[in-house]
Amino acid sequence: MGDSAYSFSLTTFSPSGKLLQIEHALNAVNKKGKTSLGIRAKDGVVLATSRKVPALVDLEGFHKVNSVTDSIGVVYSGLGPDYRVLLKRARKHAQAYYRKFLDDIPTSQLARGTAQVMQEYTQAGGVRPFGVSLLIAGYDDDGPQLYQADPSGAFFGWKATAIGQDFVNAKTFLEKRYNDDIELEDAIHTALLTMREGFEGEMTEHNIEIGIIDSSRKFRVLTPAEVRDYLDEAAD
Amino acid sequence: SGPSDSSSGEGSRARRAVERPGRHKQQGGRRRGAMSILEYNGSALVAMTGKNCVAIASDTRFGAQQLTIGTNMKRVFKMNDKTLLGLSGLASDVMTVSQKLRLQTDMYKLQEEREMKPSVFNNMLSSFLYARRFGPYFVEPLVAGLEGPENKPFIAGQDLLGASVFTDDFVVCGTSEQELFGTCESFYKPNLGPDELFETIAQCMLAAVDRDCLAGWGGVVHILTPTKYIVKELKGRHD
Repeated sequence: MGDSAYSFSLTTFSPSGKLLQIEHALNAVNKKGKTSLGIRAKDGVVLATSRKVPALVDLEGFHKVNSVTDSIGVVYSGLGPDYRVLLKRARKHAQAYYRKFLDDIPTSQLARGTAQVMQEYTQAGGVRPFGVSLLIAGYDDDGPQLYQADPSGAFFGWKATAIGQDFVNAKTFLEKRYNDDIELEDAIHTALLTMREGFEGEMTEHNIEIGIIDSSRKFRVLTPAEVRDYLDEAAD
Repeated sequence: SGPSDSSSGEGSRARRAVERPGRHKQQGGRRRGAMSILEYNGSALVAMTGKNCVAIASDTRFGAQQLTIGTNMKRVFKMNDKTLLGLSGLASDVMTVSQKLRLQTDMYKLQEEREMKPSVFNNMLSSFLYARRFGPYFVEPLVAGLEGPENKPFIAGQDLLGASVFTDDFVVCGTSEQELFGTCESFYKPNLGPDELFETIAQCMLAAVDRDCLAGWGGVVHILTPTKYIVKELKGRHD
């Protein structure tokens, strides 16, 4: 009798119709996770995140913003190790797609596929949901796009959004400053201002990370020097 | 009566005029129709590019070696509004492969909310065939379509394992492959309009299959332009 209880999925509905594990996973993202945000401009997308680490951590090679393909990038809030699993899956999915079709995967399909993996981990037996929300930015034939994927497996397209500890304030801030005609340079500027709003201590080019994709359709992570330049501009 | 001896040069030639490369050995000096599984049913296909249009022609014979059992066999299939697939080889696999690929194309359209481009379709077909590398589908496909917003003509041919060849003039396959190479090389001209392309491809097909006992018995041409999809039947020799 006791044994059979463990043979079912660890994700079962509560009487009020919630999946409590997923709620808890969302807490891992939004209560414990560091803030990340994304803004879609009319000619590109920017992703930004806080990269605060203890003093003696070597930042060389530590990236929270990563590319999935040449034209799709991703950032997260929540559990870093869980993120790396999803990142690898997403990259593999994109490559398998390319191998089958000899065509680059559209951003929406990549987001859908990654969200699908996250959903499977809410229904399969013996696993727990991923403790991350992802922001996926890409530029393809449908233009610049920004998607969010949650531990539940839900995914949404956004014009601008934030996840992590400060997401409520950040989203309010973004709503005020966003307009449909925003250009990428302004979006980067806005992203930095939004990050600074909830930032504890001084925000420098070392404790944040920015990734952008513009009309060249090549996603790249900005170097600290480039971030420094944008910060100096924003300080004016 | 009976099949011709390989040694007798005169009389009716009840076997293919051209030996396939590397098949010099004959069993007991006699050949009863074709031996290769790809030649069991007999087929002939050609795809050609024109000016803002493409065409695929095929014969419609369905045989069991030398016996003709059908004259209305479908070998060219529409995958989507911009892509045609022609399949030569074993009839059973022609049906299966066309159906499975149609499934993939339809699912792609539902999933991605866009039509699959011919070049993408070609690569998917290639992956599909190679997935069965050690137990292949006995088909040799041709893909013809109009690529992208400019509707650039696209054709490609593959072998049964998915090795693709891309050209900008014509691709051929089937038991009449070698005959078709000859007729196409002679008759083809670039930038033909849909009507001229139809004439050219039809003449290439008819002349070629008359030299192949395993193909013929009727023909069909599918023409694809940015605005129209036309299917025309050919009147040829039924023997």
